[in-house]
Amino acid sequence: MKFVDEYRDADGARRIAREIDAVTTQPWTIMEVCGGQTHTIVKSGLEELLPRNITLVHGPGCPVCVTPAALIDRAVEISLDPGVIFASFGDMLRVPGSSHSLLQARARGADVRIVYSPLDAVALAREHPERQVVFFAVGFETTAPANAMAVWQARRHGLTNFTILVAHVLVPPAMRAILESEDCRVQAFLAAGHVCAVMGWVEYEPIAARYRVPVVVTGFEPMDILEGIRMAVAQLESGRAEVENQYRRAVQRRGNRHARELIAEIFEVGPREWRGVGAIPESGLRLREPYLEFDAEKRFGAPPSAVPAENECIAGLVLRGLRRPPECLAFGNRCTPDAPLGAPMVSSEGACAAYYLYRRMRVRS
Amino acid sequence: MKLHCPFPAASEEHILLAHGGGGRLTQQLIDRVFRPAFANPLQQAEHDGAILPPASAHLAFTTDSYVVHPLVFPGGNIGDLAINGTVNDLAMCGARPLYLSAGFILEEGLLVKTLQVVVSAMSAAARRAGVAVVTGDTKVVERGKADGIFINTAGVGIVEAPSPVSPAAIASGDAVILSGDIGAHGVAILSVREGLEFEGEIASDTAPLWQEVRSLLDAGIELHCLRDLTRGGLATSLNEIAVARGAAIRIREVAIPVRESVQGACEILGLDPLYVANEGRFVAFVPERDVTRALAVLPRGVRIGTVHPDPAGLVLLESRIGATRMLDTLTGEQLPRIC
Amino acid sequence: MCLAVPGKLVEVSEAEDAAMRRGKVDFGGIRREVCMAFVPEAVVGDYVLVHAGFALSIVVDELP
Repeated sequence: MKFVDEYRDADGARRIAREIDAVTTQPWTIMEVCGGQTHTIVKSGLEELLPRNITLVHGPGCPVCVTPAALIDRAVEISLDPGVIFASFGDMLRVPGSSHSLLQARARGADVRIVYSPLDAVALAREHPERQVVFFAVGFETTAPANAMAVWQARRHGLTNFTILVAHVLVPPAMRAILESEDCRVQAFLAAGHVCAVMGWVEYEPIAARYRVPVVVTGFEPMDILEGIRMAVAQLESGRAEVENQYRRAVQRRGNRHARELIAEIFEVGPREWRGVGAIPESGLRLREPYLEFDAEKRFGAPPSAVPAENECIAGLVLRGLRRPPECLAFGNRCTPDAPLGAPMVSSEGACAAYYLYRRMRVRS
Repeated sequence: MKLHCPFPAASEEHILLAHGGGGRLTQQLIDRVFRPAFANPLQQAEHDGAILPPASAHLAFTTDSYVVHPLVFPGGNIGDLAINGTVNDLAMCGARPLYLSAGFILEEGLLVKTLQVVVSAMSAAARRAGVAVVTGDTKVVERGKADGIFINTAGVGIVEAPSPVSPAAIASGDAVILSGDIGAHGVAILSVREGLEFEGEIASDTAPLWQEVRSLLDAGIELHCLRDLTRGGLATSLNEIAVARGAAIRIREVAIPVRESVQGACEILGLDPLYVANEGRFVAFVPERDVTRALAVLPRGVRIGTVHPDPAGLVLLESRIGATRMLDTLTGEQLPRIC
Repeated sequence: MCLAVPGKLVEVSEAEDAAMRRGKVDFGGIRREVCMAFVPEAVVGDYVLVHAGFALSIVVDELP
């Protein structure tokens, strides 16, 4: 496949790894923000190609992991209403709220359907005027245009049986929160390439300047991530702190104007609770007033506050890059994908799940 | 076979509870649908069971149940799986598949026409695989208690491999051979099940595998172990074998063939082809010295890896970029994702 | 967050309303219908990045 296979090339990867080696003179800690990037790093084993003194820590870029338990509880409850068709991306199905997941709700008779696109949920609403269709609008900025368009089209079609349960989170506030925390060890960021395909990288320029951290907009294939690391290290070694673009083939500085315009029409910024991390101000999206009729929380009532989980899960520390999954005492024994203690072990994008799946051997030895 | 006591057409369109009652309707269903499809001398005897001829070697025996949803998918239907799946389990024992039983649990309300399509596929698959369905059974359950059709097939075969074919026979240094490209069946199923419409259909790879196994034996290949890849994909089958044998299996990602269209579908759905179900592919463990001949005999076969003594019970994958990591068995079900 | 896949735009239907513009994208032989509302400048033959059924940007060659 074009634009995919050529970025997975072994010779290309080794070449970039040698370039990284050539410029590295001291230890550096770099965080990749997006769960998809974590997935690639662990799945391809690319850390094996890096010099010993480059440390990668993994960020909170897993919207599934950071969706508040209370919201999942609400989703489960709504889905159990026999008048409801609950539509969601596959990612969300296995993550438990305070106790249950959507998959378990489905086993109990809830009509939960996996969709690939929010527009599929709109189609369901049109096909089933007698049922309420609720779509779980989870994601970072990458998915916001799609969710916005779903609402836009629902309005165009005059649908009265379509709502979305909004759980959108934004990347820049999360990066700021990480940089603000006392024990922050992140010295440079690989920014999420697909988020930036939508939003551009303008928002990262004040972050790079204020906190003196290089930010490199990076893609998702092994060669992209290696090149992003190379660019970050080159900046660190020369004392620069700028925003650079590794993902040149798909991202421009101002992102996608049409997408951003629609997001601004449908959504506005608001507070958001991040599971395992806590509340981060101005870090989420909510429907703007003219579109509140499409808000599931408004139609079905707001979620109850979740009872915080009393267990050893250190998701918050993992999501902020303060611990790597194998450093968690429960990792691999009391906490496994079959019996997870927290979201990062359940989600396919979660750092803990990625480590468990691909790295257990190394951890054991 | 003509019915001499015609019923009004409408009442014959759907399966009724009475079709499973053992009375006249059951007999009519057998006569109309099953008998013509599975006609063979052993079956015509109309006993409760089929009498098989004496065997000259060890017998292999297996059973499997098929509950796939949707019943019909690109490349086949549940009937194809029911025959090929059991035929292949026998083939993986190094046994020539011979006789099958077919037990049906039908849901009240199922269209008889659907049943005919499935049974007709079974008939064709049985002919293609060189097996006979010699005995069977039909029950009907209330609407909602079965997913249209559940099928159980049991199979008997005669062992033709000269030495035992099982994980225990695997030796350190054995080569791992894969019979063809992976991922087609699971993607075909998922694309229909989740309503993800693709054009340029990916068809299930369901197929009988005995001929390929027989040709390996004919070429004098020493077959240590065979395993057909089903649910959980290549990764899961290799893990089962590594654990059963207490050895390590090292494979190279770059050697594993994936059709471009399957890769495209997996990329969009966020699936890993290594974990996607197959229905017409197998892995063979053979001594290093037999690799060239084995690949000459298997038209689309490739060598993907080697058996090592340790780390015991684990499967290791050398990724495309040359780094090694563990390839674990599948936990739960792979669901399409957007993250 | 970010499973977006590059594919080749093989068909595009014009719609009065840009928001309804749809296209067909080919991913290694598999084709899927995609909403083209956010990339109105894409033409048949272009590669686009697709996420959750939407084209988000045009992908351009940058390797030598």
